[in-house]
Amino acid sequence: MHVGLQHYLVVSAILFATGLLGVIMRRNLLVMYMSLELMLNSANLALVSFSRFSPDAPNGLDGQVLVFFIITVAAAEVSVGLALIVALFRKRQSAHVEDLTSMKL
Amino acid sequence: MINHMGLPDILFYVFAALTLFCGLLVVANPFSRSPVTSAMFLVLTIISMSGLFVLLHAFFLGIVQIIVYAGAVMVLFVFVIMLLDLKEEDRRRIKSFGLVAGLLSVGAILAIFLNSIISAAPPASAPAVEGDTHALGLLLYTKYTLPFEVISVLLLVAMIGVITLSKKDLK
Repeated sequence: MHVGLQHYLVVSAILFATGLLGVIMRRNLLVMYMSLELMLNSANLALVSFSRFSPDAPNGLDGQVLVFFIITVAAAEVSVGLALIVALFRKRQSAHVEDLTSMKL
Repeated sequence: MINHMGLPDILFYVFAALTLFCGLLVVANPFSRSPVTSAMFLVLTIISMSGLFVLLHAFFLGIVQIIVYAGAVMVLFVFVIMLLDLKEEDRRRIKSFGLVAGLLSVGAILAIFLNSIISAAPPASAPAVEGDTHALGLLLYTKYTLPFEVISVLLLVAMIGVITLSKKDLK
């Protein structure tokens, strides 16, 4: 069977579900963050495959430019989020979500 | 049906299986609950996904995926894991209610996704969209100049935020 758009979208959907499962089930803040990265990556895969199979060829690269921006935003988000986790760990000595139940530091 | 499969199709199945397998091991590794193992499998996931990008003729994004994600972001993750002492994390158990609820909701979302993907009509043809560096860079500096500048400001803001957050006396 010839590989088309739907194959890539199915892979992207399963990867997104895997990342969502990680965010819901794992209780470690760092692993939850990695699962978040997995979900962002699955969105990137969907965008790139849409761009590849887009019917209007001159504008087909717009999806890839969007993926470029998503990668940049994800890098910024990871740096800020990890700094938050480190600051939280300094106060509470834990990166476990069940230990972080109050908003006051 | 097997006879009609070319090399790109075979490579798609290989990379897709590798991506999904390693992605599952990031989230639910039966042998280790350590964040370091998850980070290493996330690196493998990202590398095999950049193989998928190359199969989609997005050559520039495939390289950027490896350099930025597997290079910079994952080094940041591993560095923070090393900075925090997370030895006691793997003793805790997952609650069964959370397991059932999580699996149910994720299964529902996956069913919605797959149903809409399967029922949608496939596109008529696949014109050759080449994501090489020249075309993408041209688009980035002509049509998307303003978002490009704004995103650099965003990186600057993130940098200032990180410096502020990692100061000793956080207020």
